[in-house]
Amino acid sequence: MDLSFILIQALNGLASASSLFITACGLTLVFGVTRIVNFAHGSLYMVGAYTAATLVPRLLEMSYGPATFWAGIVLSALVVGLIGILLEILLLRRIYRAPELFQLLATFGVVLVFQDLVVQIFGPQDILGPRAPGLRQPIEILGRRFPSYELALIIAGPIVLGAVWLLLRRTRFGILVRAATQDRDMVAALGVNQALLFTGTLFCGAFLAGLGGALQIPRVAANTGMDLSVIAECFVVTVVGGMGSVPGAFLAALIIGQLQAFGILIFPKSTLVVVFLLMALVLAIRPNGFFGRPEATGGSHVVGIASRAPVRSGPLLMIAVLVVLAALPLIADPYLLKVATEILILALFAFSLQLLIGVGGLVSFGHAAFFGLGAYGAALAVKWLEASMFVAVPSGLLLAGAGGALIGAFLVRLSGIYLAMMTLAAAQILYAVAFQWVDVTGGDNGIIGVWPPAWAGPRAIYYLLTLAVTAIALFGLTRLIDAPFGYALRAARDSEPRAESIGLAVRRHRWLAFVAAGAGAGLAGALYAFSRGSVDPSLLGIPTSVDALTMLLLGGIQALTGPLAGAAVLHALRDWIMPLTPFWRLLLGLSIITMVLIFPRGLVGTVFHGREERA
Amino acid sequence: MNPLLDVSGLKASYGRAQVLFGLSFQLEPGEVTALIGRNGAGKTTTLKAIVSLIPAQADRLVFKGHPISGLSTYRIARLGLGYVPEDRRIFTDLTVEENLEVGRQGARPGRSPWTPERLFRLFPNLATMKRRRGNEMSGGEQQMLSIARTLMGNPDAILLDEPSEGIAPVLVQAMAEAVRAMKSEGVAILLSEQNWAFAAAVADKACVIERGEMRYQGPMADFMNDEALRRQTLGV
Ligand SMILES: Nc1ncnc2c1ncn2[C@@H]1O[C@H](COP(=O)(O)OP(=O)(O)O)[C@@H](O)[C@H]1O
Ligand SMILES: [Mg+2]
Repeated sequence: MDLSFILIQALNGLASASSLFITACGLTLVFGVTRIVNFAHGSLYMVGAYTAATLVPRLLEMSYGPATFWAGIVLSALVVGLIGILLEILLLRRIYRAPELFQLLATFGVVLVFQDLVVQIFGPQDILGPRAPGLRQPIEILGRRFPSYELALIIAGPIVLGAVWLLLRRTRFGILVRAATQDRDMVAALGVNQALLFTGTLFCGAFLAGLGGALQIPRVAANTGMDLSVIAECFVVTVVGGMGSVPGAFLAALIIGQLQAFGILIFPKSTLVVVFLLMALVLAIRPNGFFGRPEATGGSHVVGIASRAPVRSGPLLMIAVLVVLAALPLIADPYLLKVATEILILALFAFSLQLLIGVGGLVSFGHAAFFGLGAYGAALAVKWLEASMFVAVPSGLLLAGAGGALIGAFLVRLSGIYLAMMTLAAAQILYAVAFQWVDVTGGDNGIIGVWPPAWAGPRAIYYLLTLAVTAIALFGLTRLIDAPFGYALRAARDSEPRAESIGLAVRRHRWLAFVAAGAGAGLAGALYAFSRGSVDPSLLGIPTSVDALTMLLLGGIQALTGPLAGAAVLHALRDWIMPLTPFWRLLLGLSIITMVLIFPRGLVGTVFHGREERA
Repeated sequence: MNPLLDVSGLKASYGRAQVLFGLSFQLEPGEVTALIGRNGAGKTTTLKAIVSLIPAQADRLVFKGHPISGLSTYRIARLGLGYVPEDRRIFTDLTVEENLEVGRQGARPGRSPWTPERLFRLFPNLATMKRRRGNEMSGGEQQMLSIARTLMGNPDAILLDEPSEGIAPVLVQAMAEAVRAMKSEGVAILLSEQNWAFAAAVADKACVIERGEMRYQGPMADFMNDEALRRQTLGV
């Protein structure tokens, strides 16, 4: 390793730091003022890239030159800025006071909508943009060639930092933004129209996302996966830098850029692992990141299941439901049984998330991590140890439980939005490992041939097995929720200081909740692997996590039985509607948004609430 | 002459706990009215309810002839009703000058607008620390800044919540002078106080509330002379 190599790597790191900073800066700006973590920020980035990759070549045809190129980039960012305004007016301003879980879900609904819209508008192929005029020739540094466009990027980061700094320090808008970041109500009491301020902030945030995306076009083809990959990185940058802090984002981006550039030498399979370690380190020392300040956690931000008296008809009802479910193979065809098996598995998956969110108030946005760990644990046992199903499924459960213990160990210090973002980041890292560690995990193709033994092969048998296992697991989790453990979690959810003052070990209970929820989701994942016969990285992806959240939301977070109903409804709908339309994600996204806006109690919750009102 | 601020039947609750039980009072233009009551009587709640910072109901809530019930906080402020919270709520990351800038609104017809220069004359302490950030200021300095910031909006009336609380005794005198100076500029003030000596020094009228209900309304001097009433409502 010589000096020139190190220099080139460092420059590469600076270039990616710049790109990352420009995008993350918009996210942190928007969060600072609105207190919303805008999941759709990555979508805005993607739209910026697609817009630029489409627009800039047309402009260059009319007049070829550097000025045209850069004007096209800025124009694309402006277009995205306008989309940001629409987003604020149509959606965000309706959810500023909603619990953060709903805010994240609603903006994830927007992510889904954009995914379909982008394909419809720009087509399904990746689009590589033109090279930047004037920067096509690499330059030579210590005898090595380095793309000159990367140098332009390296300069762009500090330019944006300077521009944002001037905006925030030298303009009335900027002063108001900084004031609102600290105390929105006081800003209103001084006569400032928050709506305008927020719309303006969203414009700036979206503009920066669009700029970040547009600047990528000469180096990366615009593609439909950019939204989620960039949002996970932005989450890391903003959390490490401190939510709402622009200089923090810059510093974090610089460090992460270098870590990625040099980390590749240590962990060639997943640079994200290094980033993850950094994040763990920073958050262990400074729970609010470099320059973040402690969040004022309001009571309105937790939603959960109330402590309730056990329903007396409960056990009888449950037995009746079990009998009916067990009788299903008598009338159902194999396809229906497959769907029913998956619904049971997803119900367990969603229910384990309910333990974290509904009971513990721990908003996990990366529950797929445990589902995927369970599935991979089982599949790896089959592939490498030639284990039978009866060994493989418990291995999956154990791996996921261990994952819950590990991830939980450093997440229990966090709360609120930090927790949500970190769980998501943890899941993304596992996703990256599964994707990149091809030798072991099979990479993108995953692992196939994960079948149950011959006697359990018929759909009816596997369905009954799944029914038995999930029923036992659900029963166990319910007992856990009704036990003192569950009450302790609820107490900590409703008021952490009060729970601590009566002597509850809040962190230990939360850690155990992660272990239990991880094991539950892992069991579901392992069963899923054997139901499908294969595993692939998508089981660890953000959409899988959001599926679990959607099931919770559908069923109602306040209701214990909500996730079961939610799993049935979502899976059945998906099975029924998805083959009929290319707009499944758009429909799902709009449904999630609608639910958050008008139906936040979910199906079961609404029914029960109606009953209470009438009583 | 119509009152500047006309409140009648004001009720407010936190969750299920009702705190205000139908308060009625008026604030006349250019006058200082003291809202007097013990800690927890409901003074702060009254002020917040008027500017819509908390939900409230009222039979009549009118400012300068505009019904302001249900109006958003910023619109009420734009009409010229300023609010200075008891916890001051200075933007601690912003400098003194920037704090003032946040409060700035356009001039109102017929009156010369407040400028930072004029305010620095009113609060000479602040003049020496224009570039200082809010978190580097003492409680009394923050209180001055909070008032100055609200004045930047050129209000016709200010709701001033316990300005004398928690500040150094030497500053209390300066605060009283500032209140008189604002009054002489034609700004009406609704002053929430439990320190009756301070109220007596600046207020024309007294409204005494106890557990969310109005106990007494009348000239400040009469309240001062009625020792029995003072003992009953304030314990002094
Ligand atoms: N945010 C709140 N939530 C619940 N109760 C409150 C809240 N703020 C004030 N209260 C209650 O309302 C009553 C009136 O309070 P407040 O208006 O602050 O009184 P004052 O300003 O006269 O001291 C008190 O009993 C207080 O405990
Ligand atoms: Mg008070």
